[in-house]
Amino acid sequence: MTELINGKGLSLVPKTDVKQGLKDFKSDQEVRWCPGCGDYAILAAVQSFLPELGLRRENIVFVSGIGCSSRFPYYLNTYGFHSIHGRAPAIATGLAASRPDLSVWVITGDGDALSIGGNHLIHALRRNVNLNILLFNNRIYGLTKGQYSPTSEVGKVTKSTPMGSLDKPFNPISLAIGAEASFVARTIDSDRKHLQSVLREATAHRGTSLVEIYQNCNIFNDNAFEQLKDPEVRDDITLRLEHGRPIVSASKAAVRGADGNIEVVPRESVSEERILVHDAHNPDPSVAFALSRLDEPAFEHVPIGIFRQVDRPAYDVLMAEQLEESVAQQGPGDLHELLQGGDTWRIG
Amino acid sequence: MTKQVRQLDRVIIRFAGDSGDGMQLTGDRFTAGTAEFGNDLSTLPNFPAEIRAPAGTLPGVSSFQLHFADHDILTPGDAPNVLVAMNPAALKANLGDLPRGADIIANTDEFTKRNLQKVGYDANPLEDDSLSEWRLHAVPLTSLTVKALENFDLSKKDAERSKNMFALGLLSWLYHRPTEQTIKFLEQKFAKKPDLAKANIAAFQAGWNYGETTESFSVSYEVKPAQLAPGVYRNISGNQALAYGLIAASVQAKLPLFLGSYPITPASDILHELSKHKRFGIRTFQAEDEIAGVGAALGAAFGGALGVTTTSGPGVALKSETIGLAVTTELPLIVVDVQRAGPSTGMPTKTEQTDLLMAMFGRNGESPVPIVAPMSPSDCFDAAVEAARIAVKYRTPVMLLSDGYLANGSEPWRLPEVSDLPDISQEFTTEPNGADGAFLPYQRDAETLARPWAVPGTAGLEHRIGGIEKADGTGNISYDPDNHDLMVRTRAAKIAGIDVPDLDVDDPDGEAKVLVLGWGSTYGPIAAAVRRIRRAGGKVAQAHLRHLNPLPANTGEVLKRYDKVLLPEINLGQLALLLRARYLVDVISYNRVRGLPFKAEELAGVIQDVIDSD
Repeated sequence: MTELINGKGLSLVPKTDVKQGLKDFKSDQEVRWCPGCGDYAILAAVQSFLPELGLRRENIVFVSGIGCSSRFPYYLNTYGFHSIHGRAPAIATGLAASRPDLSVWVITGDGDALSIGGNHLIHALRRNVNLNILLFNNRIYGLTKGQYSPTSEVGKVTKSTPMGSLDKPFNPISLAIGAEASFVARTIDSDRKHLQSVLREATAHRGTSLVEIYQNCNIFNDNAFEQLKDPEVRDDITLRLEHGRPIVSASKAAVRGADGNIEVVPRESVSEERILVHDAHNPDPSVAFALSRLDEPAFEHVPIGIFRQVDRPAYDVLMAEQLEESVAQQGPGDLHELLQGGDTWRIG
Repeated sequence: MTKQVRQLDRVIIRFAGDSGDGMQLTGDRFTAGTAEFGNDLSTLPNFPAEIRAPAGTLPGVSSFQLHFADHDILTPGDAPNVLVAMNPAALKANLGDLPRGADIIANTDEFTKRNLQKVGYDANPLEDDSLSEWRLHAVPLTSLTVKALENFDLSKKDAERSKNMFALGLLSWLYHRPTEQTIKFLEQKFAKKPDLAKANIAAFQAGWNYGETTESFSVSYEVKPAQLAPGVYRNISGNQALAYGLIAASVQAKLPLFLGSYPITPASDILHELSKHKRFGIRTFQAEDEIAGVGAALGAAFGGALGVTTTSGPGVALKSETIGLAVTTELPLIVVDVQRAGPSTGMPTKTEQTDLLMAMFGRNGESPVPIVAPMSPSDCFDAAVEAARIAVKYRTPVMLLSDGYLANGSEPWRLPEVSDLPDISQEFTTEPNGADGAFLPYQRDAETLARPWAVPGTAGLEHRIGGIEKADGTGNISYDPDNHDLMVRTRAAKIAGIDVPDLDVDDPDGEAKVLVLGWGSTYGPIAAAVRRIRRAGGKVAQAHLRHLNPLPANTGEVLKRYDKVLLPEINLGQLALLLRARYLVDVISYNRVRGLPFKAEELAGVIQDVIDSD
């Protein structure tokens, strides 16, 4: 570990020559989510994606908090740590900061990451700890049986809000960009191809990758993202974000309006050159932030894909560099010398 | 003029001034000179939580007490022989502690009408005979300092700021302290501002010369070096010793240290100290909050580091859920609680022993945690190594209960030889332990009941742990009632079975009927009180607990050996509650919760009363 280089993605994680398949990443534990839960699709997508990385399985760790999604680590045959509510980013930070040879994943939900663990999430993002954070957003509390969450829409009627919720929801993408995140993306449980393409980019990114995954809770908040799945409308409302490509859906396009704001207009109403070209690598986060606001008020058009992907040194590498610098300047630590340092005197 | 020199066996000095007057630095430097000279010593800083409370007010008073002697001593002393009062507030706040006949050195320049009014003096006590029972030395410290520095290109304000060095010079003359170290220190401290270095040194020397020439001081004092055990010594505070102990633990455990911490008084100095020693492979992580501090330490422990978090009581309250997670995931973790006065924010800079029951029980569920408590500033070193030994060997979080008195107090420390430190290393598990190459993360060592510590990166041992109850052996999620009962009892048995040394009893002739028992930082005052009793011909035994959980195996037997057991604590009887419950012994509690350590004289009186009572 002392020969660290500022590697990209998972370049510090040992690779295997052994060919891996989906079954190598399945644990022997019975999966226990409600039938029809979006988590099954995400689990299957992750299990079938991991072999592609070619990493030694023992160098992969999944850390989670509390909530339905946080059971995830039990179902993967890697190292796993199912921790406590909201704290997964903190625990994963200690692990990733001290072990650059690990691929560390955080599995969390909208309540876990944005309510009780909000502080840890934003600080992990600003530090750029080498983590892949998968935020399963179903806009409801599932494990506690159906209270509104910090991403529930205003007026949500739930067990704890019989007259409707009063709280303005968080937009996880806006929040992450505001917290100085270096990689921010959104995908959806039902689109395995897109989900895996985002994971591919997220794992290639060194630093914190925040991936919001729209996930359906069919028990307490069914069809929350139905428009994005309905073949009748989904292609019209889904704005694909691909670096270097125009930001469009089947029928709409993002343009810069007369007031400088980004707006979505019918595609045929504007010429090709007026359509905004997506630049995920823009050092200035303001356009990415503006794009993250396009799904307001309610799913008229929803950007999907990678909002932001900029290079910034990862926390573990910076930390290791300070250690190496200290050794280079002062030599390796010597306990005898340390204890005998300072003003000493001898008796006898 | 040749001045008289008088021999003393011990002296207690208290420097007191405004929190901006540099009293802590003055005390530190006098201590360094005293240590270099070879006296035994003990110190007690006492300062407000406010960085700069309004100038000249009582809440803004900061003080530093130093006890030094030609023999070994145990406490910073009860009552000062000398008070250096830099302003009226410092005089007023400290006069009550000063025995009649003690010396007062007062800075007359600050005894202005306005400053006197600020603290409620109607008349100037330096002039109205109200201090006639003390030996008053009225010295215009500020103006003498300004005059001594008139040839320096300094603003009046900068010149005035050197008055603490003038006072240090005067006291150094008065007690024959060596000066070289202080001059060297000032040169280093102001290396980038050589003018300030020269000015401070000039003020220091002017103070010395003033003592030599003025008629205010007709006598100076000598305190001969103490005959301590042979060895190399350095003066060390509890927080520094604790930090060094953690570094030593990392070396002796052959594990990289990871500190996750959030700044909090009076524990922050451990974070500061450890952050200076990265060349030992130490990672220090200043977290976003207390919870993240302990969480990151636990995450690092999962990855094979020696995980440590440092805090004070309010921080422990926030960390308790994560400590519970460490209990159930059975990972090594050291939680340092530098106790301070509570509840809530309490009095952050004042000391207390009020977190014992929180350390024992302050978590949901049955979640036993071993507790180690150092008994002196230098013992913080050994206690840290011991806490790490237990954490690593038994795979458990360990509470290390220091307190504000130990943290900021200092004493000479006879340096250990590195070769004498215990090897506390344990092997990671690298091979499957079950049938057919299976790995059972909760299959225990038969002797210690510790589970295997298999870290990520170890092929074939991939496993999942977490906060949900686990099946014995496999560690899979289990809601089975009998399994839960077994796991609760097994976790308790593991902690109860930790190997801790027997409780030593100091009972010189075996005739004592009364045992004084203590734990943690009360060791010094209790031992000093016991000496007083014995010098007066009384019989009393003393024992001091370093391990609070589990208690030494012979604790019950020791308690029952004596007619009476007296237990002084700086709380309302927390250890007494545990001992009464566990051993059915009618422990006599003595409790004061004033944010200050006990005084030896006070405890001697209490012990005598218990001896005398029927």
